[in-house]
Amino acid sequence: MPILTIDGRQIDAPQGSTVIQAAERLGVFIPRYCYHPGLSIAGNCRICLVEVEKNPKLQIACNAPVTDGMVVHTKSANAEDGRRAVLEFLLANHPLDCPVCDQSGECDLQNFYMNFGLYDPRFREQKVKKKKAVAIGPHVMLDQERCILCSRCVRFTDEISKTGEFGIFNRGDRAELALYPGQRLDNPYSGNVVDICPVGALTDRDFRFKARVWYLSSAPTVCNRCAQGCNVDVHYVLDRPHLNEGARVLRLKPRYNADVNQWWMCDEGRYGFRWIDEGRLTKVRNRGVDSTWEQAVAAIAAELARLQQHKTGSRLAVIASSQLTNEELFLIREIFQGVLGAHVTASVPTPPGYEEDDFLIKADKTPNTLGATLLGLSGPGAPDATAIIDEALQGRIEALWVFGHDLATLIGEEKLQELSRTLRLLVFSGTNETSTASRSHWVLPTAAYVERDGTFVNCHGRIQRIGLAFPPVPDSREDWSLLLEIARQLDHPLAWRTPQEIFQGLAETVAPFAGLSYQTIGSQGALLGSTSIGFPPQEADRCDSQRGERERAVTGGGANGDPWGPRIKQ
Amino acid sequence: MAVKVVRRCELTLWEKLYVPLILGGLKITSAHFFRNLFLHSAHRLGLLKHLRASVTFQYPEESRPLAARFRSRHRLTVREDGTPRCVGCMLCETVCPAKCITIVAGEHPDPNVEKYPVRFDIDLGVCVYCGYCVEVCPEDAIRMDTGILDVSAYSRDEMKLDIHELMNPALRKPVGDCSLTFPHQCRLADGQMKGGW
Ligand code: SF4
Ligand code: SF4
Ligand code: SF4
Ligand code: SF4
Ligand code: FES
Repeated sequence: MPILTIDGRQIDAPQGSTVIQAAERLGVFIPRYCYHPGLSIAGNCRICLVEVEKNPKLQIACNAPVTDGMVVHTKSANAEDGRRAVLEFLLANHPLDCPVCDQSGECDLQNFYMNFGLYDPRFREQKVKKKKAVAIGPHVMLDQERCILCSRCVRFTDEISKTGEFGIFNRGDRAELALYPGQRLDNPYSGNVVDICPVGALTDRDFRFKARVWYLSSAPTVCNRCAQGCNVDVHYVLDRPHLNEGARVLRLKPRYNADVNQWWMCDEGRYGFRWIDEGRLTKVRNRGVDSTWEQAVAAIAAELARLQQHKTGSRLAVIASSQLTNEELFLIREIFQGVLGAHVTASVPTPPGYEEDDFLIKADKTPNTLGATLLGLSGPGAPDATAIIDEALQGRIEALWVFGHDLATLIGEEKLQELSRTLRLLVFSGTNETSTASRSHWVLPTAAYVERDGTFVNCHGRIQRIGLAFPPVPDSREDWSLLLEIARQLDHPLAWRTPQEIFQGLAETVAPFAGLSYQTIGSQGALLGSTSIGFPPQEADRCDSQRGERERAVTGGGANGDPWGPRIKQ
Repeated sequence: MAVKVVRRCELTLWEKLYVPLILGGLKITSAHFFRNLFLHSAHRLGLLKHLRASVTFQYPEESRPLAARFRSRHRLTVREDGTPRCVGCMLCETVCPAKCITIVAGEHPDPNVEKYPVRFDIDLGVCVYCGYCVEVCPEDAIRMDTGILDVSAYSRDEMKLDIHELMNPALRKPVGDCSLTFPHQCRLADGQMKGGW
């Protein structure tokens, strides 16, 4: 492999890689606009200029292949002059809308000007006017004046979403980014162009003007909208309740994970977070009357204990959910199946109409189906939710606990009403107001996935930690802590106190999880060993097969550091 | 350890005599007293009005002259069409050390303006009058030059200025009719003090 020297340090870089990638591995940052590790090389922005010895002119680092004995200077006076000149050209026609520009604060024009520019502008002429604030699709707003024509978005729609809506038209300073005639930017991955646009030319219509980016706190988690389990960062604000009518979550951004989603995520996941702040259950209710956790847990546990004593455990059923974490499903299994002998399932048919594509989107809209299957609560051998409901309607089940599902979408309002009348005890624990909640005897408000810790297993057998971003809404509690409390009330106290400890218990009990811990899972997840259920790695992973084609530079967080450790800003 | 010797200031003989200094003080006080007594009486008779009597300002009838850089109650400056210059960049909200500015931004109908403050509140009960908001504003949209000092109210809520009061410092609560024009129509007729405009 070629050995080259960058800023006086040697590095052994793989054949065929470029100077910018080699520098990155040395921890030397070279500014870039058009270069993106997930896209083909365009080499048009010229901001990545470096000085290569024995080369008469400055070279662009993103398109200079490494060669043996190459000596590169990224901080020489020549290289810095070149970069400064490029930046001055890029900003010549730039409108400098920073006060009204949503990118401000995370804008690479701002950042690179402060880090590599700091020149006195010499452009005194009239700036070219182009179109501003054009909604080019359901999610994206275009400002042509701010565009620096790096063509990242063009390459994204050509190479990743393969929809090809964007093009660069005209010449010279009138060159502009636009959609092809008659097109709209309306593909399932359109939100990603906002992330990759290094400036404020493409902004998110959903996030637009809701907050300034420096108000946001960020926490790593995993998208819960389908079985792919894309790694995301949840961006939230807790200390400015006047923004966005008090909603805490303001946006989701994909987090790099080479084996799951790389840099991308789908729009459905990206914009499907409103439920975290809207229509949340905040009160324990008993048949429509506000109650307390103490009363609820005592009453429910007493009823469960009664069923158990009468040796009629089989008259008790639980419809768990693949939206629950492995830890919670494990507790449900231990308590309801193990102690109470109840029918337990997490196998609830997904409503039809969801389609899968050959990239990220999966038809299975729950994030932990495989986890539930490995725990024996879903898949072959597990009863089906509809079968349990039928049993209940025929009076063979007296008590039913539903975790999060709205049964009305499954069996319809009328049958749900009948179910509520037939059962002695119908408990609903969940996050949001639904028909099932309003018809249940007990309603227990629980935490959303960003409000609790735990793990999901995605459809490729990768276990990933969802982490805790911020505390649950007032008066709701995490499912795992509720389940531990129920166990205590049933006189079967469990020794675990945190999701991490529950996971240790799980890893000791359930074979596929053996040997894993939150440390080994880290921020990038870990592939489960081959198991009796079996999901041979060569099966399934269609996004993996595509992935090899692309160059990647590893940028994600370290697996050993704890990204969920205490954060200063809460 | 270094020792610093502080010498007690000894009184002179004249000072020790006590009475002369007391009389000196009384002289200054009485001079002011009789001057004010005379001038106030003269003013009553309409005489010598150009000579000020006491140094006291008869607030609130009379207010002290303010220095040009004095920081008084805020106002939001307006464009020629009466709409606020503020573009809702939230820099003042960010910089405010008292966290007393709250802004909600919205989409302006004109794409060349793009952003405007739908809500802009300053809680004067919390403001420390540091003037950072004025310093930081990139649009010269907020100033503290109204000369209004008498910000007082019967409740904490009334200390909060909304965008109507900020754009028109003459307005005081309860805001009745509002002269703001498009796109900032003031819908306060229904008795609501804070409204979208
Ligand atoms: S793209 Fe960057 S530099 Fe341009 S207006 Fe937006 S924040 Fe400012
Ligand atoms: S819109 Fe953004 S990503 Fe697209 S070419 Fe312009 S600057 Fe690059
Ligand atoms: S004067 Fe200071 S404390 Fe008052 S609103 Fe402005 S920045 Fe905040
Ligand atoms: S800094 Fe100026 S333009 Fe920005 S929000 Fe405050 S008043 Fe408005
Ligand atoms: S990043 Fe190298 S030319 Fe744009």
